[in-house]
Amino acid sequence: MAETRTVVKQAKKPRWANLDLSNAKLIDMYRQMLLIRRFEERAAQEYGKSKIGGFCHLYIGQEAVGVGAIAALRKDDYIFSSYRDHGHALAAGMDPNGIMAELFGKFTGCSKGMGGSMHMFDASKNFMGGYGIVGGHVPLASGTAFASKYTGKDSVTICFFGEAAANQGVFHETLNLAALWKLPVIFICENNRYGMGTAVERASAVWDIYQKASAYDMDRLAVDGMDVLEMYRVIKRAADRARKNSSPTMIEARTYRFRGHSMSDPIHGHYRTKEEVEEQKKSDPIPGFAAELLAAGVLTQAMIDQMELEIKNIVNEAVDFADHSPEPPAEFLFENVYV
Amino acid sequence: MAIIQFREALNQAMCEEMDRDPNVFLMGEEVAQYQGAYKVSQGMLQRFGEKRVIDTPITEAGFAGLGIGAAMVGLRPIIEMMTWNFGILAFDQIFNNAAKIRYMSGGQFKVPMVVRGPSGAAHALGAQHSQSIESMVAHVPGLIVIAPSTPADGKGLLKSAIRDDNTVIFMESEMMYGQKGEVPEEEYVIPIGVGDIKRIGKDVTIVAWSKMLHVVLTAADELMKEGIEAEVIDPRTIRPLDEGLILSSVKKTNHCVVVEEAWPFASVGKEVAHRVYSKAFDYLDAPIEHVNGEDVPMPYATNLEKLMLPNVSKVVAAVKKSLNRL
Ligand SMILES: Cc1ncc(C[n+]2csc(CCOP(=O)(O)OP(=O)(O)O)c2C)c(N)n1
Ligand SMILES: [Mg+2]
Repeated sequence: MAETRTVVKQAKKPRWANLDLSNAKLIDMYRQMLLIRRFEERAAQEYGKSKIGGFCHLYIGQEAVGVGAIAALRKDDYIFSSYRDHGHALAAGMDPNGIMAELFGKFTGCSKGMGGSMHMFDASKNFMGGYGIVGGHVPLASGTAFASKYTGKDSVTICFFGEAAANQGVFHETLNLAALWKLPVIFICENNRYGMGTAVERASAVWDIYQKASAYDMDRLAVDGMDVLEMYRVIKRAADRARKNSSPTMIEARTYRFRGHSMSDPIHGHYRTKEEVEEQKKSDPIPGFAAELLAAGVLTQAMIDQMELEIKNIVNEAVDFADHSPEPPAEFLFENVYV
Repeated sequence: MAIIQFREALNQAMCEEMDRDPNVFLMGEEVAQYQGAYKVSQGMLQRFGEKRVIDTPITEAGFAGLGIGAAMVGLRPIIEMMTWNFGILAFDQIFNNAAKIRYMSGGQFKVPMVVRGPSGAAHALGAQHSQSIESMVAHVPGLIVIAPSTPADGKGLLKSAIRDDNTVIFMESEMMYGQKGEVPEEEYVIPIGVGDIKRIGKDVTIVAWSKMLHVVLTAADELMKEGIEAEVIDPRTIRPLDEGLILSSVKKTNHCVVVEEAWPFASVGKEVAHRVYSKAFDYLDAPIEHVNGEDVPMPYATNLEKLMLPNVSKVVAAVKKSLNRL
């Protein structure tokens, strides 16, 4: 599977020439990837200081998948995520302060401190939540897609999940329903090659995960998930088709996580070597995209430096905000169990 | 009042609510073209069309999860489980998603969905088709659990369930679908969480719901022949439980028997008993008696099936034990 990654080539005409992407949007996509990277690095530090508890799954290495995909959406589209949801939440435009405060278990968090790292929600961004049961949220995405169709709206739903989730029964149940009923939903499998410590080859009889959708005769493809432009391109196309023809697509984004499965898992160890991780870091989506934007003159090094500075401030402020926010009041323990 | 079958009463409830609110739809196995595995949805496809009465593949977790997503953005799904034995396949969706989304989103989303279908034994269906699921679902905060015993209660409560903004687990009974009862002609709803005194008496309180309510009413007739006046309380809603109604009856009769089809271990009946012990202990003249299904999977053989389930003589014996009149 290692051979499938495409190397970014310095083409004469920039690759985004046919993608209807303004310079401002390109810069914003880069900025979002960088924000996620720095935010997650800081989350790791705060976890080390016990400011963040529980399971904490970082998105470092996979930024291009979420950013490219969500950049291709409209504001009225729906987004579902797994427990590895910080990056998706940031890409959806959620307030970094609210996300960090959620990690800190504070009342100002995006889920009022009731969800934590794995359960970020923001109704105002149609961010339908992060879910902790592997594969368990996939059918929910068919539900919002069903609702769009039922009410005659042309909103599209996208659903992120890992390659290990594609072994769950409910993933297959949902693909069948989505194909059978032609629901406007895009399944985005982030194949980072491991489900915790189990390599995809040891868990799935089929290594081309996108081909699982062939059982349901669904449009499907694999894409280089380390390439934000490719992500944007394929999701845009799938979303357009979902909007026009109300048809689902299954996309396998081939990517890699540079950190451990969660904060309690080392970067390398029993299941993968240091060499493998270092090798994969050569396809880091962020410097790759920076080089491309620099070469095309869309970005300058000065702009990147400035951006780093701004992001540093945003992340600092988020930590400060989270630190100084109140915990949920004791009475809130009993709120929202029922409507 | 019209006299109609339980299944017709449920059908009326769904049709009336679908007339009222275009966001309500019915989805499940065999609900549309086949007219319902137990004919609860008879005529609904013809009346509402295939957009709103939807046949699914056999994919309980899939369409329960679909219902949850649809409910999160404003639809009001009625999900029919052909029986709750198969609804168990959707427990992950119901427990981990439907019951928790409101809480873990800090109140941003709600899941106004009804999941309904028959629970409990019918006749000779064996171990995998004869389970009562109320304590399994009632254990989970975030779910409402309803188990009506009469056509009128079924209709009024199903209408409330469909209008409720929470996820409601609605349990029916294969054996009760054909039972007839009086149902008001005019529109009405029955509030969730309000029990009903199905028979007034002074000597003993018997708590029972769904199909067991009818076993208990027959037992109460038997007991009357011996001069024992049983008060029969039907909580109708399992969660939230109408504790007040049960307690006030026990305070009057000083004796309590709980009858349920489900297994005895960690059952809803044990919860009822706990509430009575902790809040009306001084009123009890005897320990609370329980009649449950036996603590075994359901056997196929008809003679053993009968032994497994609560029946009139088991209820009569439990009451007499409670009254020390054995
Ligand atoms: C149903 C279920 N089983 C097991 C777990 C524990 N678990 C959490 S994440 C994970 C690995 C999932 O891998 P994948 O789907 O590839 O996503 P990734 O973590 O790589 O993003 C496991 C086993 C769980 N949360 N849910
Ligand atoms: Mg994985």
